[in-house]
Amino acid sequence: MDLQALSVTLRLAAITTAILLVVGIPLAFWIVSTRSRLRAVIEAVTTLPILLPPTVLGFYLLVLLGARTAVGRVWIHLTGHPLAFTFAGLVIGSAIYSLPFAVQPLVAGFSAVDVSLIEQARLLGAGRWRLLRSVLLPLSARSIGAAALLCFTHTVGEFGVVLMVGGDIPGATRTLSIAIYDQVQDFAYGAANRTALVLVGIAVTSLILLYAWRGAYPHAKAGASHE
Amino acid sequence: MPKLELRMSEAAILEASVVYRRDGFVLEAEFSLHAPWTVLFGASGAGKTTLLRILAGLMQPANGTVRLGSRLLLETNQGVAVAPGQRRIGFVMQQAALFPHLTARENIAFGLHRWARYERGSRAEEMLRLFEIERLAERRPRQLSGGERQRVALAQALAPKPQLMLLDEPFNALDVANRAAMIGKLRETGVPVLYVSHDLGDAWQVNADAMLLEDGRITARGEAQSILAKQREQVLRQLGIPTQAADRLRSTHP
Repeated sequence: MDLQALSVTLRLAAITTAILLVVGIPLAFWIVSTRSRLRAVIEAVTTLPILLPPTVLGFYLLVLLGARTAVGRVWIHLTGHPLAFTFAGLVIGSAIYSLPFAVQPLVAGFSAVDVSLIEQARLLGAGRWRLLRSVLLPLSARSIGAAALLCFTHTVGEFGVVLMVGGDIPGATRTLSIAIYDQVQDFAYGAANRTALVLVGIAVTSLILLYAWRGAYPHAKAGASHE
Repeated sequence: MPKLELRMSEAAILEASVVYRRDGFVLEAEFSLHAPWTVLFGASGAGKTTLLRILAGLMQPANGTVRLGSRLLLETNQGVAVAPGQRRIGFVMQQAALFPHLTARENIAFGLHRWARYERGSRAEEMLRLFEIERLAERRPRQLSGGERQRVALAQALAPKPQLMLLDEPFNALDVANRAAMIGKLRETGVPVLYVSHDLGDAWQVNADAMLLEDGRITARGEAQSILAKQREQVLRQLGIPTQAADRLRSTHP
C-alpha cells in the first residue's frame, strides 16, 4: 500500500472539496437567482467537465498553467517554477474537473426551497446575503453535504487530469489512481488490488452515506402501511 | 399603455393605481384606503391575490403608482420600485410561510434583524403575548397546528411594525371562533388592514370598508355592509331565507 499516495490523495480531495464549496455556493446561488442571459452559458461551462474527456481538460490546463500563457508566466515569475507538475497545479486541475459535482447538487438544493419562503424572507427585509445565509443554506444542508461527498469522492478517483497536469511525482502529485497504474505497469497485481480496494471502499462508503443521509423516499411510509 | 392619473388625498392610508396584464388576464385597479379595516371581496380568479402581491412588491405591474401614507412605493413612469422588505407592509398569505428550520420565536424575530438585540427580544415577546402563543415559542412550524401556524405568521408580519397589513385569506383553515379571535387581535393593534376574502361570512364585517373586485376591476367601494348587501341577499336567497330586499323586489316586480 502506497501510504504516500494515500496521503496526497486525501489531502488533494479535502482541499479541492473545501475550495469547491467556497466557489460553488455563490456560483449556484447566482445561477438560481439571476435573470441574466449569461446564466445558460455559465451553467454549460460549469457542467462541461462532466462531458469532456479528462485528457482534453488536462491538456488545456497544462497549456494554461505553463509558460505559454500570461497566467503561467506570472506564476513562474512569482514562484520561480511552473504550476504544472506541482500539488498546487493539481488542486487547480481537480477543482475545475470536479466543479459540476459541487454546482449541480447545490443548484438542485437551492431550487427545491419553497418559493413562498424566499418571498417571505424578502418581505421581511432580507437582502441576498441574508437570504443565502439564513434561508437557503440551512434549508439545503443535505444538498451541501451531497456536494461535499461527491466532490471528495470524485477527486479521490480522478486519473486523466491528474496524470496530465500533475504527472507522477511521489509525495507531490502521485495519487492512488496513478499508483494503481504504476503497480499494474510493474505487474504488481497484489499491490494494485489492495490500492483498488481502498478506492472502492471510499466510493462505496461515500455513496452509502449519501443515500442514508437523504432519508426515506416519500412512498416508503405509504408502502409500509400496506404490509 | 394607458397613462394613469392617481388622485392624491392626504387622509388616505394607501393610494394605488395599477395595470397588470398576463396571459389574457387584465387587472386595472385604482383605489385608496381610508378605513382601518378594508375588505377586498371578489370571486376566485378576480385578481385579489395579484393585487396584493403588487402592493407588497412581489410582482411588478406594467404601469402603476402606489403610495403608502406619504411614501412613494411604486411609480413605473419614474422607475421607482421600493423593495418588498423596505415597504413597511406586512403580508400574510393563505398558507403560512414559516421558516421550517426556525422556532416560532425565531420566525417572529426574522424581520427584526436591523433592530438592537434587546429590542428584538422584547418585540418578539410582545408578539408572542399578543397572539397568546408564548407556550409555542420554542416549537418549530412542523410541531404546530394550522391555526397555531397562522398565529405565528401574523405575529411575524406584525413584528417589524408595518404601516399596513395585507391578509390574503389567512384564516381559511380556522374555525369561526378562532377566526373572530384573530380578527379581534389584529384590530387591537390599530395597524390598517387590507383583508382579502371570497367568503361573504368573512367579509361581512362591522365598521369596515369594502371593495368589490370583479374580473380585474374594482366595481364598487364603500361601507362593507352596504357594498356586499347584494351578495348577501343572493346567498340568503340560495339558502331559501327571505330577506327584506328580496321581499321588496318581489312586491315591486310581481
